[in-house]
Amino acid sequence: MRGYFVGAGLAIAVAAMATSAMTTQAMAQSEIKIGEINSYSLLPAFTEPYRKGWQLAVEEINAAGGIGGKKLVVISKDDGGKPADAQTAANELVSSENVAMLTGTFLSNIGLAVSDFANQKKVFFLAAEPLTDAITWSKGNRYTFRLRPSNYMQAAMLVEEAAKLPAKRWATIAPNYEYGQSAVAVFKKLMSEKRPDIQWVDEQWPPQGKIDAGPVVQATAAANPEAILNVTFGADLVKLVREGNTRGLFKGRTVVSFLTGEPEYLDPLKDETPEGWIVSGYPWYSIKTPEHDAFLKAYQAKYNDYPRLGSIVGYQTIKAAAAILAKAGSSDPEKLIAAAEGISMSSPFGEITFRKIDHQSTLGAFTGKTALKDGKGIMVDTAYRKGSDYLPSDAEIEKLRPKD
Amino acid sequence: MAFYVVQFLTGLASAASLFLVASGLSIIFGVTRIVNFAHGAFYMLGAYVAFTLTERFSGAFGFWGGIVVAALAVAAIGVLVEMVLLRRIYHSPELFQLLATFGLTLMVEDLVVLIWGPDDLVGRRAPGFKGAIDFFGQNIPSYDLFLIVLGPVVLGVLWLLFQRTRWGVLVRAATQDRDMVAALGVNQKWLFTSVFALGVFLAALGGALQIPRDAVNHAMDLRVIVEVFVVVVIGGLGSIIGAFVAAVLVSELNAFGILIFPKISIILVFLVMAVVLIVRPWGLFGKPEAPVRRTPGLTVNPWRPLTANERLAAIAVLVVAAALPFVAGNYVLTVGSEIAIFVIFAVSLHFLMSVGGLASFGHAAYFGLGAYGVALLAKMAGLPMIACLLLGPLLGLLGAAVFGFFAVQLSGVYFAMLTLAFAQIVWSIAFQWVSVTGGDNGILGVWPEKWAASPSHFYWLSLGIAALAVVILRIIVFSPFGFALRATRDSPLRSEAVGINGKRIQWTAFVIAGTVAGLAGALFAYLKGSVFPDNMGISLSVDALVMVLLGGVETVSGAVVGAIVYKALNIWLVSQTDWSKLVLGAFVVLIVVAFPKGIVGTLEAFLHRRRKSSSSASPVLTSRIETAE
Repeated sequence: MRGYFVGAGLAIAVAAMATSAMTTQAMAQSEIKIGEINSYSLLPAFTEPYRKGWQLAVEEINAAGGIGGKKLVVISKDDGGKPADAQTAANELVSSENVAMLTGTFLSNIGLAVSDFANQKKVFFLAAEPLTDAITWSKGNRYTFRLRPSNYMQAAMLVEEAAKLPAKRWATIAPNYEYGQSAVAVFKKLMSEKRPDIQWVDEQWPPQGKIDAGPVVQATAAANPEAILNVTFGADLVKLVREGNTRGLFKGRTVVSFLTGEPEYLDPLKDETPEGWIVSGYPWYSIKTPEHDAFLKAYQAKYNDYPRLGSIVGYQTIKAAAAILAKAGSSDPEKLIAAAEGISMSSPFGEITFRKIDHQSTLGAFTGKTALKDGKGIMVDTAYRKGSDYLPSDAEIEKLRPKD
Repeated sequence: MAFYVVQFLTGLASAASLFLVASGLSIIFGVTRIVNFAHGAFYMLGAYVAFTLTERFSGAFGFWGGIVVAALAVAAIGVLVEMVLLRRIYHSPELFQLLATFGLTLMVEDLVVLIWGPDDLVGRRAPGFKGAIDFFGQNIPSYDLFLIVLGPVVLGVLWLLFQRTRWGVLVRAATQDRDMVAALGVNQKWLFTSVFALGVFLAALGGALQIPRDAVNHAMDLRVIVEVFVVVVIGGLGSIIGAFVAAVLVSELNAFGILIFPKISIILVFLVMAVVLIVRPWGLFGKPEAPVRRTPGLTVNPWRPLTANERLAAIAVLVVAAALPFVAGNYVLTVGSEIAIFVIFAVSLHFLMSVGGLASFGHAAYFGLGAYGVALLAKMAGLPMIACLLLGPLLGLLGAAVFGFFAVQLSGVYFAMLTLAFAQIVWSIAFQWVSVTGGDNGILGVWPEKWAASPSHFYWLSLGIAALAVVILRIIVFSPFGFALRATRDSPLRSEAVGINGKRIQWTAFVIAGTVAGLAGALFAYLKGSVFPDNMGISLSVDALVMVLLGGVETVSGAVVGAIVYKALNIWLVSQTDWSKLVLGAFVVLIVVAFPKGIVGTLEAFLHRRRKSSSSASPVLTSRIETAE
């Protein structure tokens, strides 16, 4: 008897898959489809503003007549934070939905998994957020492009400020996974090049999402550093800051901190925001350029909310995808690659270019210092740093990146 | 010197937070034997509700009142859950309640985002405990001191409750021997409900008290749940003092461990648990479990091989499944391959659980080892795909042989937790050994060779291996080895008396299950073209458990159905809805209520009853065989 149940289960499963695959086929002629994957259920704090960002971009593109007269449609899937599920989603988008390209992803390992999938299946992939250097360098491939400034670029931007500090004894606190490890490694390398007199006196590696902040703060303080590099973010950052504030860890010490100026991570800190940290981030309230003003107005009009960095990433990802599709005039992956290599376009942060040599965009980031205003954390003394100024020489990249 | 004192006190504060949550879990488990996976969800709910209350009502009274009211409110939810859901399934097979609480946890994770939004929430600091106290130049947060005092106070109150009240006496009696307490006329229903309420209250209180230190977010539950289980097991199940000592031990080892090995936190609790369980199989303060009264895995109708007709039906189903490439597209075929692979994985765990009576919480380790075996062979040694598929699972075999040897010395939940510890140790090796495994960026580019690359070919390959695995495991079930294994499961004493070497039989079963799981992992590596530490993570182990329980642990091959239903539904929901966890969780809860023996188990029982009423079946078949009595 058992056999029948197996059959019934299989039949239901297959039927469910098949119906979802077939419904979308009919309208394919008049529209261009982009497949988008992100960790919506795992990281809603980032992905909600991100989704709003790309939805705004889709609306603007279609209001302006679409791409070559065709309507742009973005089909979005959740990967639940798992590389294997991201590949299932990528497969569905490519095989069933026949999307012209893949975009999205947040976590580095998911970005790499989808990039490897894209390379294998010969699909164009525009990575939005994953910061790992590997995706454009050591594990780069010709089908993969990336929008956000990489770990290396962000580290190089922060090092420029950090190297000016008198501090000689440095400690690091970073989440114990690839992002944290490579952020610390690059920062140390670039920093020691500029300042050979620096000593690295302590490093703490709390597990991502599970920091036991009290002991970590205490252990860092015990090494008596003059300055601290922080790479933790999200809930870990909140705990670290709260413990650090109470225990006086940050008193008389300069802290250099990755991503902390992004509203996603800065806003939750509210009145506990530590002042004077050197951070990278997104001070949407103090950017006064026409491009950003236009974006800000449109975003606030549509959502009645202020943008986070995720909004910028989502918005520009789809804008870039549309620009590449429009330039290629086709959804053939080879033509898309040819179109994307060296393409320039405007963005809320000014003009950006996708480099031919490593497929990295020159989108930059803002650096500045944290401050408190009306019980909220903000960035002050901000400066936009162009991505193109913080990349290694072409010769170095040739060495890092495998030949196609 | 002052530094070490302060670090010690900091560790104690962490221990107090951990203990509050762990004590609740320990109480619930001790009495009801429910592996309450939702304990973390209650912890998180406590924090969220307390956040809302403390934001609305300011001042000292508002804050502390808010914390207590939040814990009480969540405890009320706990009572509701116990009465509406858990009461229905106390008589289900072992661990089935895990499935129900797992479904709840999934739902709560999505619900909190729906209600409170996606952002991290940072609550107020506790009035009166905002600053720090100077201790020879070191700062100790006064809130830490508050927690350090609170921990032992709660311990003392619980001790008084259990030692000095009639209710406590009943609870302790139920912890030792539930059936005897019931036989003496104690209303178990309300005892269980009150115990569950107390446990949930403590969890929610633990969560609420994190507000001044933590950011309230939707991932809090998973952060705490595994750690808390580990603490409870290290201390010894049902022992409150044990939970306290274990919490202190773990927290202090962490506080001082990071001074020497800053990366130790990621694995420390599991290392401690593995060592403790190998040295003391019942935890620090636990007692050997009372002999089981009812046979675990007891079936209403004894197992038998398929009849000729059923075999034909099974073959027909296989033929239909094999015809899928003629009607379906590439995506459906790839999903089909994934489901087939999970069928292999689930039946391997099912074999261990239902035939061996050994519930592993860390089965993904062997799946992942198989996957890494393939990836390393393919990338480093450059072996062809066939060789990799044959040799890769051997890494799973090796891991199962080593860990299985230690694990089968234990039984019940201690066995489960030791397998979990081993799995986490293997996971952390894959995670940390970046030069070989690539760390969490994994190993990429493990794609199948041309002959298997097309989705239809890979589907046939996976389906064929899945069918083979199911058949071979069934043959083993009905072989003399299988009977010996079942005998060991049903009555260790009697099977020993007839000359069966139980431990060796169980060890062999563990190795078989690990190897088959490794095979599934090997296929999975080729299906995805890459391998990540995720492939041996806790969530994958839990998925496998859910599949087995969903199918029915008391059946011969229910896991096949469990795997198909769960995996297909999961993939479909994730693709179709933004709230897949909510829907999937609700579905799991519904299944638990509708099929209290698992899908196949309940259907079998139903068919069995029908057959019995239509033909007067022999009484021998229908009588319950209570062998261990």
